[in-house]
Amino acid sequence: MDDRLQPISGTPQVQPEMPLLTAQGVSKAFGGIQAVNNAEIHVPTGKIVGLIGPNGAGKTTLFNLLCNFIAPDSGRIIFDGKPIEKLPPHEIALQGMIRTFQVARVLSRMSVLENMLLAAPQQTGEKLHNTFFQAHIIRKEEKRLKEKAQVILESVGLAPKINDYAGALSGGQRKLLEMARGLMADPKLMLLDEPAAGVNPTLIQQICEHVREWNRDGITFLIIEHNMDVIMSLCDRVWVLAEGQNLAVGTPAEIQSNKEVLKAYLGQ
Amino acid sequence: MEIGYFVSLALFTTIYALFSLGLNLQWGYTGLINFGHIAFMAIGAYTTIALTLPGFIKEMPQRLVDQYPGLQNQEWLYGGLQFLGRVLPEQIPIFIAVLIGAGLAALLGLFIGTTTLRLREDYLSIVTIGVSEVIRLIAVNEEWLTRGPRGMFNYPLPLEKLEPNLLVKGGMIASLVVVLALIMWRLWQWLIRQPQGDQRPQASRLLFGLYLVCVAGVATCWWFSFSLTLTVTLPSFLQTIVLMILRLAMVVPLAICGVLLVYAVLPRPLQQWRVQALSTHISLLTVTMVMGLIMMFFGAHIMAINDYSFKAGLLWLLILTIAVIFWQMERWVTSPWGRVLTSIREDEEVAKALGKDVFRYKLQSFMLGGAIAGIAGSFYAWQLTFINPDGFIPLLTFQAWIIVVAGGAGNNVGTLLGAAIFWAYNEVTRFELPNILPLDDARLGALRVMVIGLMLIVLMMWRPQGILGKKEELTLGR
Ligand SMILES: Nc1ncnc2c1ncn2[C@@H]1O[C@H](COP(=O)(O)OP(=O)(O)OP(=O)(O)O)[C@@H](O)[C@H]1O
Ligand SMILES: [Mg+2]
Repeated sequence: MDDRLQPISGTPQVQPEMPLLTAQGVSKAFGGIQAVNNAEIHVPTGKIVGLIGPNGAGKTTLFNLLCNFIAPDSGRIIFDGKPIEKLPPHEIALQGMIRTFQVARVLSRMSVLENMLLAAPQQTGEKLHNTFFQAHIIRKEEKRLKEKAQVILESVGLAPKINDYAGALSGGQRKLLEMARGLMADPKLMLLDEPAAGVNPTLIQQICEHVREWNRDGITFLIIEHNMDVIMSLCDRVWVLAEGQNLAVGTPAEIQSNKEVLKAYLGQ
Repeated sequence: MEIGYFVSLALFTTIYALFSLGLNLQWGYTGLINFGHIAFMAIGAYTTIALTLPGFIKEMPQRLVDQYPGLQNQEWLYGGLQFLGRVLPEQIPIFIAVLIGAGLAALLGLFIGTTTLRLREDYLSIVTIGVSEVIRLIAVNEEWLTRGPRGMFNYPLPLEKLEPNLLVKGGMIASLVVVLALIMWRLWQWLIRQPQGDQRPQASRLLFGLYLVCVAGVATCWWFSFSLTLTVTLPSFLQTIVLMILRLAMVVPLAICGVLLVYAVLPRPLQQWRVQALSTHISLLTVTMVMGLIMMFFGAHIMAINDYSFKAGLLWLLILTIAVIFWQMERWVTSPWGRVLTSIREDEEVAKALGKDVFRYKLQSFMLGGAIAGIAGSFYAWQLTFINPDGFIPLLTFQAWIIVVAGGAGNNVGTLLGAAIFWAYNEVTRFELPNILPLDDARLGALRVMVIGLMLIVLMMWRPQGILGKKEELTLGR
């Protein structure tokens, strides 16, 4: 099943229904554990796609494989028409695929604002030699980015915390910051790993609102979530993973009534 | 206090400060654990000296053959070496040699970095300490390259033959005054940007204690200026300048003291009009003291320049160098580039997830820190006027670590302060301890090191974040 060797057609065909992200035959074993086994996932452009499965099903591992944080044993991953399974993680992020972590990771000893500014891609001032001769351009860019960060932080309600250390935020606020930070990177696709875990119901509602709003602005989402309400209310399509393998795929309603899925969740 | 002694003490402090600034970039900002920092300094020192010692590089191929006679059997190699001996220059201009030394130190960083920076971070620490010992052992054994344990001496020193006339001296002094003015301006900027805390009623009592400190500072200033003017004679106009600076150093804290004093005796109702909070007063006083000390430092140096000696000239060069490097480093670390470095220190996975090429940034930081240590190495060699491998033992790496940790990691000013405190401690204990404790030299030496350890422990208990580190950062969760 080494379909990686097939040549990719030189001119990208522009098909309206062409998925933004396609992963096929993705596998990863940790020693004896086959964490992800020949899994497949498609994320159409502009949609919100859910990924569910019992604990230990391999969802987070699949995310790590998609972004190449962990190199897959095999499989083919195409993002925005280009194969990415060989690209280093930072290149993948620069292509427009931004992930969050299951346990939110913020840069503790940097301010909330700095966390946000860091995320902006392709900054002039990120190159050392530019700090010598491009100082005024950098200053202008910083100002623009600060305004942008301010707007995003206001939308998620973190604006009052803008100058606090990110490490001083609560768990839920960190989740918000992580998503806001992702937005600063102008992603095409955002991978959210359990955005609602450990978040109070009101805030969950808000997060859902934000996701819908950002989706309207053109960002595609792939969301891992155990909270079925979130999945039901947000997702256009849901993929189910169990023991590293695809179990089912369909609309949320279809998935909810699928016997296989219920069995996997209830443990027979 | 003798002026020559002041100059060599100042040289050591400043060289260590520069050396530690490199480590601060690597560890304080980027989180790279480098236990072999001395290797960079060794490369910088040996390269500079080897390239400038007349005839040294030209004879290097011949010495190589002398040390390894087997090479003569390898015809093409031997031919190549002889050819090299013919084309290599006698010596290289001293400032170009420094740049080459810094470049080679950076190359060492590139070499260590490409092999270990992709691995888990503890590998770097192990590899660096190993490499630093390897470099030192190469210096011991490869006599053709470094003259081994016999060491190198009689090498050219910068500004050595300079016999400055009044104009040149004036220029040197003017440049120092510019640096001094810039420092003062930066301190002032920092001071007025301090956040103003709440007002507290017990302020006046605390302030009283602070005047005492301030007055003590003035007294020290006075004593220094007095003893310094005794040791050198100056032309009248310079005398005026120096005395003016020293008096300023005394007047500034005095004036501030006065203002505070007036404020403190104000009746309660008037105190409500105060604009500054207590924390501002404290920073004000601290900064006053620091300003006074810095002015004293520059005042003494200006006198040393007037009484020109090679070391005074070297210190002048070093101060300009460190001023430029410090200024550039501050620009780097406050730029978006520096932000990426800090993010790598905090959590490199996040930096990666946001599209930053972590490896590249680590490499840049590591190489730059190495190059800075290389430049420090050149000055180290010039200051010592004799180098051999014993000058590059791992102990120096750990002294730089003490300086960076004590000053507050990720804070360039803290590093400078750490270096000053480290050397002040060193000297005070060297000269004062024998007067207090009836012990022989060896025991005193051991005691001093023990006390350093003890002080570090106390510091780490009292201020784990270092002197200028931010306290809030300690309580932050991951
Ligand atoms: N780095 C690793 N080394 C070894 N085993 C791992 C590693 N990462 C994950 N696993 C294993 O792979 C399996 C899938 O883990 P994964 O984190 O992907 O689950 P998940 O679907 O995200 O679960 P949850 O819903 O609890 O987050 C688990 O059995 C886990 O123990
Ligand atoms: Mg998971």
